[in-house]
Amino acid sequence: MLTILIGVLEEGLVYAILALGVYITYKILDFPDLSVDGTFPLGGAITAELIIAGVNPILTLFISFIVGALAGILTGIIHVKLKVRDLLSGIIMMTALYSINLRIAGANVPIFSKESIFENKFLDILIPEVFQPYLVLTILLIIIIIMKVLLDQYLKTKSGYLLRAVGDNDALVTSLAKDKGTVKIVGLALANAFVALAGSVYVQKSGFFEISTGTGAIVIGLASVIIGTNLFKKFSFIKATTAVIAGSIIYKGCVAIAISFGMVTSDMKLVTAILFLAILIISGDRKRRVKSNA
Amino acid sequence: MLELCGIHKYYNPGTVNEMCLFRNFDLSIQDGEFVSVVGSNGSGKTSMLNIICGSIPIDKGRIKINNTDITNMPEYKRQRRIGRVYQNPSMGTCPNMTILENMSLADNKGKTFNLLKGTNKKRIDYYKDNLKALNLGLEDKLNIPVGSLSGGQRQAMALLMATMTPIEFLILDEHTAALDPKTAELIMELTDKIVKDKKLTTIMVTHNLRYAVEYGNRLIMMHQGETIIDKSRQEKASIHIDDILDKFNQISIECGN
Repeated sequence: MLTILIGVLEEGLVYAILALGVYITYKILDFPDLSVDGTFPLGGAITAELIIAGVNPILTLFISFIVGALAGILTGIIHVKLKVRDLLSGIIMMTALYSINLRIAGANVPIFSKESIFENKFLDILIPEVFQPYLVLTILLIIIIIMKVLLDQYLKTKSGYLLRAVGDNDALVTSLAKDKGTVKIVGLALANAFVALAGSVYVQKSGFFEISTGTGAIVIGLASVIIGTNLFKKFSFIKATTAVIAGSIIYKGCVAIAISFGMVTSDMKLVTAILFLAILIISGDRKRRVKSNA
Repeated sequence: MLELCGIHKYYNPGTVNEMCLFRNFDLSIQDGEFVSVVGSNGSGKTSMLNIICGSIPIDKGRIKINNTDITNMPEYKRQRRIGRVYQNPSMGTCPNMTILENMSLADNKGKTFNLLKGTNKKRIDYYKDNLKALNLGLEDKLNIPVGSLSGGQRQAMALLMATMTPIEFLILDEHTAALDPKTAELIMELTDKIVKDKKLTTIMVTHNLRYAVEYGNRLIMMHQGETIIDKSRQEKASIHIDDILDKFNQISIECGN
Protein backbone atom coordinates (compact mmCIF):
# COMPACT_ATOMS: atom_id res chain seq x y z
CA MET A 1 0.00 0.00 0.00
CA LEU A 2 2.76 2.41 0.99
CA THR A 3 4.68 1.68 -2.19
CA ILE A 4 1.57 2.43 -4.26
CA LEU A 5 1.11 5.70 -2.38
CA ILE A 6 4.73 6.68 -2.91
CA GLY A 7 4.40 5.71 -6.58
CA VAL A 8 1.35 7.95 -6.98
CA LEU A 9 3.07 10.85 -5.22
CA GLU A 10 6.16 10.47 -7.40
CA GLU A 11 4.18 10.35 -10.64
CA GLY A 12 2.02 13.22 -9.44
CA LEU A 13 4.99 15.42 -8.62
CA VAL A 14 6.69 14.80 -11.97
CA TYR A 15 3.53 15.74 -13.82
CA ALA A 16 3.00 18.66 -11.43
CA ILE A 17 5.95 20.41 -13.09
CA LEU A 18 4.19 19.93 -16.43
CA ALA A 19 0.91 21.08 -14.88
CA LEU A 20 2.54 24.34 -13.72
CA GLY A 21 3.51 24.95 -17.34
CA VAL A 22 0.00 24.20 -18.56
CA TYR A 23 -1.34 26.47 -15.82
CA ILE A 24 0.63 29.36 -17.34
CA THR A 25 -0.85 28.87 -20.81
CA TYR A 26 -4.35 27.65 -20.00
CA LYS A 27 -5.22 29.75 -16.96
CA ILE A 28 -3.00 32.80 -17.18
CA LEU A 29 -2.61 33.30 -20.93
CA ASP A 30 -5.95 31.72 -21.89
CA PHE A 31 -4.11 29.95 -24.70
CA PRO A 32 -4.82 26.24 -25.42
CA ASP A 33 -1.23 25.24 -26.11
CA LEU A 34 -0.99 21.77 -27.64
CA SER A 35 2.76 22.06 -28.26
CA VAL A 36 3.03 20.55 -24.76
CA ASP A 37 2.59 17.12 -26.35
CA GLY A 38 5.82 17.78 -28.23
CA THR A 39 7.85 19.70 -25.65
CA PHE A 40 7.35 17.12 -22.87
CA PRO A 41 9.12 14.34 -24.85
CA LEU A 42 11.52 16.98 -26.25
CA GLY A 43 12.89 17.54 -22.75
CA GLY A 44 13.08 13.76 -22.35
CA ALA A 45 14.80 13.12 -25.66
CA ILE A 46 17.45 15.75 -25.03
CA THR A 47 18.06 14.48 -21.51
CA ALA A 48 18.42 10.86 -22.65
CA GLU A 49 20.93 11.78 -25.31
CA LEU A 50 22.91 14.13 -23.06
CA ILE A 51 23.09 11.59 -20.23
CA ILE A 52 24.34 8.92 -22.64
CA ALA A 53 26.94 11.44 -23.80
CA GLY A 54 28.03 11.78 -20.18
CA VAL A 55 26.65 15.23 -19.37
CA ASN A 56 25.95 15.98 -15.70
CA PRO A 57 22.30 15.01 -14.98
CA ILE A 58 21.59 18.29 -13.15
CA LEU A 59 22.88 20.24 -16.13
CA THR A 60 20.45 18.36 -18.39
CA LEU A 61 17.61 19.89 -16.37
CA PHE A 62 18.78 23.40 -17.24
CA ILE A 63 19.38 22.51 -20.88
CA SER A 64 15.91 20.95 -21.20
CA PHE A 65 14.40 24.05 -19.59
CA ILE A 66 16.09 26.33 -22.13
CA VAL A 67 15.30 24.16 -25.15
CA GLY A 68 11.67 23.97 -24.01
CA ALA A 69 11.61 27.76 -23.82
CA LEU A 70 12.94 27.99 -27.38
CA ALA A 71 10.20 25.63 -28.60
CA GLY A 72 7.65 27.80 -26.79
CA ILE A 73 9.04 30.90 -28.49
CA LEU A 74 8.56 29.17 -31.86
CA THR A 75 4.91 28.37 -31.05
CA GLY A 76 4.53 32.00 -30.04
CA ILE A 77 6.08 33.30 -33.24
CA ILE A 78 3.83 31.04 -35.34
CA HIS A 79 0.81 32.43 -33.50
CA VAL A 80 1.78 36.08 -33.05
CA LYS A 81 3.91 36.94 -36.06
CA LEU A 82 2.50 34.53 -38.64
CA LYS A 83 -1.03 35.04 -37.27
CA VAL A 84 -1.98 31.36 -37.08
CA ARG A 85 -4.81 30.55 -34.65
CA ASP A 86 -3.69 29.54 -31.16
CA LEU A 87 -4.90 25.94 -31.34
CA LEU A 88 -3.37 25.38 -34.77
CA SER A 89 -0.01 26.88 -33.78
CA GLY A 90 0.22 24.27 -31.04
CA ILE A 91 -0.78 21.45 -33.35
CA ILE A 92 1.83 22.47 -35.91
CA MET A 93 4.51 22.60 -33.23
CA MET A 94 3.43 19.29 -31.69
CA THR A 95 3.51 17.50 -35.05
CA ALA A 96 6.88 18.94 -36.02
CA LEU A 97 8.38 18.08 -32.65
CA TYR A 98 7.34 14.43 -32.97
CA SER A 99 9.78 13.96 -35.84
CA ILE A 100 12.39 16.16 -34.20
CA ASN A 101 12.25 14.06 -31.04
CA LEU A 102 12.70 10.89 -33.12
CA ARG A 103 15.66 12.54 -34.81
CA ILE A 104 17.22 13.51 -31.49
CA ALA A 105 16.76 10.26 -29.59
CA GLY A 106 14.87 7.64 -31.58
CA ALA A 107 11.72 5.88 -30.44
CA ASN A 108 13.11 4.19 -27.34
CA VAL A 109 16.31 4.96 -25.42
CA PRO A 110 17.17 3.14 -22.16
CA ILE A 111 19.38 5.01 -19.68
CA PHE A 112 18.96 2.62 -16.71
CA SER A 113 22.67 2.06 -16.27
CA LYS A 114 23.57 5.75 -16.38
CA GLU A 115 23.73 8.30 -13.58
CA SER A 116 20.67 10.49 -13.08
CA ILE A 117 19.53 13.11 -10.60
CA PHE A 118 18.00 10.22 -8.64
CA GLU A 119 20.88 7.76 -8.85
CA ASN A 120 24.45 8.93 -8.68
CA LYS A 121 27.65 8.52 -6.69
CA PHE A 122 27.01 11.42 -4.34
CA LEU A 123 23.61 10.17 -3.32
CA ASP A 124 24.98 6.65 -2.79
CA ILE A 125 27.54 8.00 -0.33
CA LEU A 126 25.30 10.61 1.28
CA ILE A 127 22.01 8.82 1.76
CA PRO A 128 21.70 5.91 4.23
CA GLU A 129 20.13 2.65 3.06
CA VAL A 130 16.93 3.01 5.14
CA PHE A 131 16.06 6.29 3.50
CA GLN A 132 16.42 4.85 0.00
CA PRO A 133 12.67 4.25 -0.68
CA TYR A 134 11.90 7.96 -0.06
CA LEU A 135 14.85 9.34 -1.97
CA VAL A 136 13.12 9.89 -5.32
CA LEU A 137 10.12 11.46 -3.61
CA THR A 138 12.34 13.84 -1.64
CA ILE A 139 14.28 14.95 -4.70
CA LEU A 140 11.04 15.49 -6.61
CA LEU A 141 9.63 17.52 -3.71
CA ILE A 142 12.70 19.74 -3.73
CA ILE A 143 12.40 20.32 -7.50
CA ILE A 144 8.69 21.08 -7.42
CA ILE A 145 9.04 23.46 -4.46
CA ILE A 146 11.83 25.35 -6.23
CA MET A 147 9.78 25.59 -9.44
CA LYS A 148 6.63 26.63 -7.62
CA VAL A 149 8.38 29.36 -5.63
CA LEU A 150 10.12 30.60 -8.76
CA LEU A 151 6.82 30.81 -10.62
CA ASP A 152 5.05 32.49 -7.69
CA GLN A 153 7.82 35.04 -7.40
CA TYR A 154 7.86 35.67 -11.14
CA LEU A 155 4.12 36.31 -11.20
CA LYS A 156 4.67 39.06 -8.63
CA THR A 157 7.19 40.94 -10.74
CA LYS A 158 6.35 43.70 -13.19
CA SER A 159 6.89 41.27 -16.05
CA GLY A 160 4.66 38.72 -14.29
CA TYR A 161 1.93 41.34 -13.83
CA LEU A 162 2.04 42.02 -17.56
CA LEU A 163 1.76 38.29 -18.33
CA ARG A 164 -1.33 38.01 -16.13
CA ALA A 165 -2.76 41.16 -17.71
CA VAL A 166 -2.40 39.84 -21.27
CA GLY A 167 -4.55 36.79 -20.52
CA ASP A 168 -7.02 38.82 -18.51
CA ASN A 169 -7.51 41.78 -20.86
CA ASP A 170 -5.02 42.20 -23.68
CA ALA A 171 -6.45 45.61 -24.64
CA LEU A 172 -5.03 46.91 -21.38
CA VAL A 173 -1.55 45.67 -22.28
CA THR A 174 -1.78 47.63 -25.54
CA SER A 175 -2.88 50.71 -23.66
CA LEU A 176 0.18 50.32 -21.42
CA ALA A 177 2.20 50.83 -24.62
CA LYS A 178 3.39 47.22 -24.61
CA ASP A 179 3.19 44.77 -27.49
CA LYS A 180 0.78 42.07 -26.37
CA GLY A 181 2.29 39.61 -28.87
CA THR A 182 5.70 39.76 -27.21
CA VAL A 183 4.14 39.16 -23.81
CA LYS A 184 2.33 36.09 -25.16
CA ILE A 185 5.59 34.73 -26.57
CA VAL A 186 7.26 35.19 -23.18
CA GLY A 187 4.41 33.27 -21.54
CA LEU A 188 4.61 30.42 -24.03
CA ALA A 189 8.38 30.22 -23.60
CA LEU A 190 8.06 30.00 -19.82
CA ALA A 191 5.27 27.41 -19.99
CA ASN A 192 7.08 25.11 -22.41
CA ALA A 193 10.30 25.47 -20.43
CA PHE A 194 8.46 24.02 -17.42
CA VAL A 195 7.01 21.25 -19.59
CA ALA A 196 10.38 20.26 -21.07
CA LEU A 197 11.88 20.27 -17.57
CA ALA A 198 9.11 17.86 -16.53
CA GLY A 199 10.05 15.67 -19.50
CA SER A 200 13.67 15.66 -18.39
CA VAL A 201 12.78 14.67 -14.82
CA TYR A 202 10.36 12.02 -16.09
CA VAL A 203 13.01 10.32 -18.23
CA GLN A 204 15.55 10.35 -15.41
CA LYS A 205 13.02 8.86 -13.01
CA SER A 206 11.75 6.12 -15.34
CA GLY A 207 15.18 5.29 -16.72
CA PHE A 208 14.23 5.36 -20.37
CA PHE A 209 12.96 7.68 -23.07
CA GLU A 210 9.94 6.67 -25.09
CA ILE A 211 8.39 8.75 -27.87
CA SER A 212 4.81 7.84 -26.87
CA THR A 213 5.08 9.60 -23.46
CA GLY A 214 4.18 12.83 -25.19
CA THR A 215 0.82 11.67 -26.46
CA GLY A 216 -1.81 13.01 -24.10
CA ALA A 217 0.62 15.02 -21.97
CA ILE A 218 -1.54 18.10 -22.49
CA VAL A 219 -4.59 16.19 -21.26
CA ILE A 220 -2.83 15.20 -18.06
CA GLY A 221 -1.70 18.79 -17.58
CA LEU A 222 -5.13 20.24 -18.24
CA ALA A 223 -6.82 17.70 -15.97
CA SER A 224 -4.42 18.60 -13.15
CA VAL A 225 -5.00 22.31 -13.61
CA ILE A 226 -8.77 21.98 -13.76
CA ILE A 227 -9.00 19.58 -10.79
CA GLY A 228 -6.68 21.72 -8.72
CA THR A 229 -8.14 25.12 -9.44
CA ASN A 230 -11.74 23.95 -9.08
CA LEU A 231 -11.23 21.89 -5.95
CA PHE A 232 -9.48 24.68 -4.08
CA LYS A 233 -11.45 27.57 -5.57
CA LYS A 234 -13.14 28.32 -2.25
CA PHE A 235 -9.91 28.38 -0.29
CA SER A 236 -8.50 31.73 -1.24
CA PHE A 237 -5.47 31.28 1.01
CA ILE A 238 -4.27 28.38 -1.16
CA LYS A 239 -2.27 29.68 -4.09
CA ALA A 240 -3.31 28.51 -7.55
CA THR A 241 0.14 27.00 -8.10
CA THR A 242 -0.22 24.87 -4.94
CA ALA A 243 -3.69 23.82 -6.07
CA VAL A 244 -2.34 22.75 -9.46
CA ILE A 245 0.34 20.57 -7.84
CA ALA A 246 -2.30 18.98 -5.60
CA GLY A 247 -4.51 18.52 -8.67
CA SER A 248 -1.77 16.60 -10.42
CA ILE A 249 -1.32 14.23 -7.45
CA ILE A 250 -5.08 13.71 -7.13
CA TYR A 251 -5.32 12.99 -10.83
CA LYS A 252 -2.55 10.40 -10.70
CA GLY A 253 -4.34 8.90 -7.68
CA CYS A 254 -7.53 8.53 -9.73
CA VAL A 255 -5.57 6.82 -12.51
CA ALA A 256 -3.98 4.44 -9.98
CA ILE A 257 -7.43 3.55 -8.64
CA ALA A 258 -8.69 2.89 -12.16
CA ILE A 259 -5.76 0.59 -12.82
CA SER A 260 -6.31 -1.28 -9.56
CA PHE A 261 -9.77 -2.14 -10.89
CA GLY A 262 -8.17 -4.33 -13.54
CA MET A 263 -7.16 -1.88 -16.26
CA VAL A 264 -3.83 -2.60 -17.91
CA THR A 265 -1.12 -0.14 -18.93
CA SER A 266 -2.28 -0.08 -22.54
CA ASP A 267 -5.64 1.23 -21.32
CA MET A 268 -3.93 4.25 -19.76
CA LYS A 269 -4.82 6.76 -22.47
CA LEU A 270 -8.44 5.60 -22.43
CA VAL A 271 -8.52 6.01 -18.66
CA THR A 272 -6.90 9.42 -19.03
CA ALA A 273 -9.44 10.54 -21.62
CA ILE A 274 -12.49 9.31 -19.70
CA LEU A 275 -11.25 10.79 -16.44
CA PHE A 276 -10.58 14.10 -18.18
CA LEU A 277 -14.09 14.12 -19.63
CA ALA A 278 -15.55 13.33 -16.23
CA ILE A 279 -13.57 16.17 -14.67
CA LEU A 280 -14.69 18.62 -17.34
CA ILE A 281 -18.34 17.70 -16.82
CA ILE A 282 -18.16 17.82 -13.02
CA SER A 283 -16.28 21.11 -12.89
CA GLY A 284 -18.40 22.82 -15.54
CA ASP A 285 -15.23 23.94 -17.31
CA ARG A 286 -16.43 22.57 -20.66
CA LYS A 287 -16.81 25.76 -22.58
CA ARG A 288 -13.74 27.70 -23.39
CA ARG A 289 -13.78 30.91 -21.49
CA VAL A 290 -15.36 33.49 -23.73
CA LYS A 291 -13.69 36.84 -23.53
CA SER A 292 -16.21 38.98 -21.73
CA ASN A 293 -14.52 42.12 -22.91
CA ALA A 294 -14.25 41.36 -26.61
CA MET B 1 -1.24 69.16 -32.15
CA LEU B 2 -2.96 66.18 -33.70
CA GLU B 3 -3.67 66.14 -37.42
CA LEU B 4 -5.60 63.81 -39.67
CA CYS B 5 -4.87 64.66 -43.30
CA GLY B 6 -6.76 63.26 -46.26
CA ILE B 7 -7.91 60.08 -44.55
CA HIS B 8 -9.57 57.43 -46.72
CA LYS B 9 -11.16 54.46 -45.04
CA TYR B 10 -13.10 51.67 -46.73
CA TYR B 11 -14.82 48.78 -45.01
CA ASN B 12 -14.99 45.39 -46.77
CA PRO B 13 -13.05 46.60 -49.80
CA GLY B 14 -13.51 44.56 -52.95
CA THR B 15 -16.78 42.96 -51.86
CA VAL B 16 -20.43 43.79 -52.57
CA ASN B 17 -20.58 45.20 -49.05
CA GLU B 18 -17.85 47.73 -49.74
CA MET B 19 -18.53 50.88 -47.80
CA CYS B 20 -16.59 54.08 -47.94
CA LEU B 21 -16.60 55.76 -44.54
CA PHE B 22 -14.02 58.51 -44.93
CA ARG B 23 -13.21 60.17 -48.21
CA ASN B 24 -10.52 62.79 -47.82
CA PHE B 25 -11.28 63.43 -44.18
CA ASP B 26 -9.32 66.20 -42.46
CA LEU B 27 -9.26 67.21 -38.84
CA SER B 28 -6.76 69.02 -36.69
CA ILE B 29 -6.90 69.34 -32.95
CA GLN B 30 -4.85 71.96 -31.12
CA ASP B 31 -3.08 71.35 -27.83
CA GLY B 32 -5.33 71.93 -24.84
CA GLU B 33 -8.56 71.47 -26.74
CA PHE B 34 -11.34 69.37 -25.21
CA VAL B 35 -13.35 68.22 -28.21
CA SER B 36 -16.79 66.68 -27.83
CA VAL B 37 -17.81 64.60 -30.84
CA VAL B 38 -21.45 63.76 -31.52
CA GLY B 39 -23.20 62.09 -34.42
CA SER B 40 -25.55 59.26 -35.30
CA ASN B 41 -24.55 55.61 -35.35
CA GLY B 42 -22.24 54.81 -38.24
CA SER B 43 -21.19 58.41 -38.71
CA GLY B 44 -17.54 57.49 -38.12
CA LYS B 45 -16.95 58.74 -34.57
CA THR B 46 -15.51 55.56 -33.14
CA SER B 47 -13.71 54.77 -36.41
CA MET B 48 -12.02 58.15 -36.12
CA LEU B 49 -10.79 57.32 -32.61
CA ASN B 50 -9.62 53.89 -33.79
CA ILE B 51 -7.72 55.54 -36.63
CA ILE B 52 -6.03 57.99 -34.25
CA CYS B 53 -5.06 55.16 -31.88
CA GLY B 54 -3.98 52.86 -34.69
CA SER B 55 -6.52 50.14 -33.84
CA ILE B 56 -7.66 49.97 -37.47
CA PRO B 57 -5.60 50.57 -40.61
CA ILE B 58 -6.39 53.36 -43.06
CA ASP B 59 -6.37 53.13 -46.85
CA LYS B 60 -4.87 56.54 -47.55
CA GLY B 61 -3.86 59.66 -45.68
CA ARG B 62 -1.55 60.72 -42.87
CA ILE B 63 -1.80 61.00 -39.12
CA LYS B 64 0.53 63.43 -37.41
CA ILE B 65 1.25 64.32 -33.80
CA ASN B 66 3.20 67.56 -33.35
CA ASN B 67 4.26 67.30 -37.00
CA THR B 68 5.75 63.81 -36.58
CA ASP B 69 4.14 61.30 -38.88
CA ILE B 70 2.72 58.36 -36.89
CA THR B 71 0.71 56.80 -39.73
CA ASN B 72 2.76 53.61 -39.69
CA MET B 73 3.45 53.48 -35.97
CA PRO B 74 1.93 50.35 -34.40
CA GLU B 75 -0.98 50.80 -32.00
CA TYR B 76 0.91 49.89 -28.84
CA LYS B 77 3.66 52.44 -29.50
CA ARG B 78 1.17 55.27 -30.00
CA GLN B 79 -0.38 54.45 -26.65
CA ARG B 80 2.66 55.84 -24.86
CA ARG B 81 1.31 59.36 -25.52
CA ILE B 82 -2.36 58.42 -25.50
CA GLY B 83 -4.70 57.38 -22.70
CA ARG B 84 -7.94 55.74 -23.76
CA VAL B 85 -11.15 54.92 -21.92
CA TYR B 86 -13.63 52.63 -23.64
CA GLN B 87 -17.41 52.39 -23.50
CA ASN B 88 -17.18 48.96 -21.89
CA PRO B 89 -15.95 49.44 -18.30
CA SER B 90 -14.16 46.07 -18.34
CA MET B 91 -11.88 47.14 -21.20
CA GLY B 92 -9.80 49.46 -19.06
CA THR B 93 -8.94 47.15 -16.17
CA CYS B 94 -7.86 43.56 -15.52
CA PRO B 95 -10.80 41.82 -13.79
CA ASN B 96 -8.80 38.99 -12.20
CA MET B 97 -6.15 41.26 -10.76
CA THR B 98 -6.57 43.30 -7.59
CA ILE B 99 -7.09 47.06 -7.46
CA LEU B 100 -3.55 47.46 -6.19
CA GLU B 101 -2.10 45.33 -8.99
CA ASN B 102 -4.10 47.26 -11.59
CA MET B 103 -2.87 50.57 -10.21
CA SER B 104 0.72 49.29 -10.20
CA LEU B 105 0.41 48.21 -13.83
CA ALA B 106 -0.90 51.61 -14.88
CA ASP B 107 1.78 53.37 -12.87
CA ASN B 108 4.48 51.50 -14.80
CA LYS B 109 3.27 52.61 -18.23
CA GLY B 110 6.15 53.89 -20.34
CA LYS B 111 8.73 52.14 -18.19
CA THR B 112 10.13 48.62 -18.63
CA PHE B 113 8.27 45.67 -17.20
CA ASN B 114 11.26 43.86 -15.70
CA LEU B 115 11.83 41.36 -12.89
CA LEU B 116 11.56 43.90 -10.08
CA LYS B 117 8.64 43.67 -7.69
CA GLY B 118 5.35 44.41 -9.45
CA THR B 119 4.03 46.65 -6.71
CA ASN B 120 6.26 49.33 -5.27
CA LYS B 121 5.24 49.58 -1.60
CA LYS B 122 6.30 53.22 -1.43
CA ARG B 123 3.67 54.08 -4.04
CA ILE B 124 0.73 52.54 -2.19
CA ASP B 125 -0.08 55.76 -0.35
CA TYR B 126 -0.07 57.61 -3.65
CA TYR B 127 -2.52 55.09 -5.12
CA LYS B 128 -4.70 55.43 -2.05
CA ASP B 129 -4.80 59.21 -2.37
CA ASN B 130 -5.76 58.89 -6.03
CA LEU B 131 -8.51 56.39 -5.25
CA LYS B 132 -9.76 58.49 -2.35
CA ALA B 133 -10.32 61.37 -4.73
CA LEU B 134 -12.90 59.21 -6.53
CA ASN B 135 -15.05 59.11 -3.38
CA LEU B 136 -16.04 55.51 -4.05
CA GLY B 137 -14.35 53.93 -1.05
CA LEU B 138 -11.97 51.98 -3.28
CA GLU B 139 -8.95 52.98 -1.20
CA ASP B 140 -10.01 50.44 1.46
CA LYS B 141 -10.41 47.59 -1.03
CA LEU B 142 -6.91 47.49 -2.48
CA ASN B 143 -6.67 43.72 -2.36
CA ILE B 144 -9.94 42.72 -3.96
CA PRO B 145 -10.13 41.80 -7.66
CA VAL B 146 -11.40 44.55 -9.93
CA GLY B 147 -13.87 42.07 -11.46
CA SER B 148 -16.00 42.29 -8.33
CA LEU B 149 -16.49 46.05 -8.63
CA SER B 150 -19.51 47.68 -10.25
CA GLY B 151 -19.36 49.09 -13.77
CA GLY B 152 -19.16 52.66 -12.49
CA GLN B 153 -16.37 51.87 -10.04
CA ARG B 154 -14.45 50.07 -12.79
CA GLN B 155 -14.90 52.95 -15.20
CA ALA B 156 -13.65 55.39 -12.58
CA MET B 157 -10.60 53.19 -12.13
CA ALA B 158 -10.12 52.91 -15.88
CA LEU B 159 -10.14 56.71 -16.13
CA LEU B 160 -7.69 57.00 -13.26
CA MET B 161 -5.41 54.36 -14.78
CA ALA B 162 -5.50 55.88 -18.26
CA THR B 163 -4.40 59.28 -16.92
CA MET B 164 -1.99 58.17 -14.20
CA THR B 165 1.24 58.59 -16.15
CA PRO B 166 2.04 61.68 -18.22
CA ILE B 167 0.14 61.49 -21.53
CA GLU B 168 -0.59 64.04 -24.23
CA PHE B 169 -3.99 62.91 -25.45
CA LEU B 170 -6.99 61.48 -23.70
CA ILE B 171 -9.40 59.53 -25.89
CA LEU B 172 -12.85 58.90 -24.45
CA ASP B 173 -15.01 56.52 -26.44
CA GLU B 174 -18.59 56.93 -25.14
CA HIS B 175 -17.12 56.28 -21.73
CA THR B 176 -20.32 57.11 -19.85
CA ALA B 177 -22.72 55.25 -22.18
CA ALA B 178 -22.84 52.00 -20.18
CA LEU B 179 -23.41 53.72 -16.85
CA ASP B 180 -26.56 54.78 -15.00
CA PRO B 181 -27.35 58.52 -15.15
CA LYS B 182 -26.04 59.30 -11.68
CA THR B 183 -22.78 57.39 -12.12
CA ALA B 184 -22.39 58.84 -15.61
CA GLU B 185 -22.65 62.31 -14.08
CA LEU B 186 -20.01 61.43 -11.51
CA ILE B 187 -17.62 60.03 -14.12
CA MET B 188 -18.17 63.09 -16.31
CA GLU B 189 -17.34 65.50 -13.47
CA LEU B 190 -14.28 63.41 -12.68
CA THR B 191 -13.22 63.49 -16.32
CA ASP B 192 -13.54 67.24 -16.45
CA LYS B 193 -11.49 67.63 -13.28
CA ILE B 194 -8.71 65.35 -14.53
CA VAL B 195 -8.60 67.02 -17.94
CA LYS B 196 -8.34 70.47 -16.34
CA ASP B 197 -5.82 69.41 -13.68
CA LYS B 198 -3.51 67.66 -16.11
CA LYS B 199 -4.21 70.03 -19.04
CA LEU B 200 -4.87 67.12 -21.40
CA THR B 201 -5.86 67.44 -25.01
CA THR B 202 -9.06 65.42 -25.07
CA ILE B 203 -11.37 63.90 -27.64
CA MET B 204 -14.66 62.68 -26.23
CA VAL B 205 -17.20 60.79 -28.30
CA THR B 206 -20.61 60.87 -26.67
CA HIS B 207 -24.28 60.31 -27.42
CA ASN B 208 -25.24 62.56 -24.57
CA LEU B 209 -25.85 65.95 -26.20
CA ARG B 210 -25.98 67.71 -22.85
CA TYR B 211 -22.47 66.51 -21.97
CA ALA B 212 -21.29 67.49 -25.43
CA VAL B 213 -22.59 71.02 -24.93
CA GLU B 214 -21.67 71.41 -21.25
CA TYR B 215 -18.15 70.06 -21.31
CA GLY B 216 -15.18 70.90 -23.44
CA ASN B 217 -14.29 73.87 -25.58
CA ARG B 218 -14.98 72.53 -29.07
CA LEU B 219 -17.89 70.60 -30.51
CA ILE B 220 -17.89 68.49 -33.62
CA MET B 221 -20.84 66.76 -35.19
CA MET B 222 -20.14 64.01 -37.66
CA HIS B 223 -22.32 62.55 -40.38
CA GLN B 224 -21.38 59.94 -42.98
CA GLY B 225 -17.68 60.45 -42.45
CA GLU B 226 -17.73 64.24 -42.52
CA THR B 227 -17.81 66.97 -39.94
CA ILE B 228 -21.02 68.94 -40.40
CA ILE B 229 -20.72 71.09 -37.30
CA ASP B 230 -17.40 72.32 -35.91
CA LYS B 231 -17.65 75.05 -33.30
CA SER B 232 -14.94 76.11 -30.92
CA ARG B 233 -14.45 78.53 -28.02
CA GLN B 234 -17.02 81.38 -28.07
CA GLU B 235 -19.01 79.82 -30.90
CA LYS B 236 -19.36 76.66 -28.86
CA ALA B 237 -20.33 78.56 -25.72
CA SER B 238 -23.35 79.97 -27.51
CA ILE B 239 -24.49 76.64 -28.93
CA HIS B 240 -27.58 75.02 -27.46
CA ILE B 241 -28.81 71.43 -27.30
CA ASP B 242 -31.79 72.33 -29.49
CA ASP B 243 -29.47 73.50 -32.27
CA ILE B 244 -27.80 70.12 -32.37
CA LEU B 245 -31.12 68.30 -32.12
CA ASP B 246 -32.42 70.29 -35.09
CA LYS B 247 -29.40 69.27 -37.08
CA PHE B 248 -29.95 65.65 -36.07
CA ASN B 249 -33.55 65.81 -37.30
CA GLN B 250 -32.41 67.38 -40.54
CA ILE B 251 -29.97 64.52 -41.13
CA SER B 252 -32.62 61.94 -40.36
CA ILE B 253 -34.94 63.45 -42.93
CA GLU B 254 -32.16 63.47 -45.52
CA CYS B 255 -31.57 59.82 -44.78
CA GLY B 256 -35.26 59.12 -45.23
CA ASN B 257 -36.05 58.14 -41.65
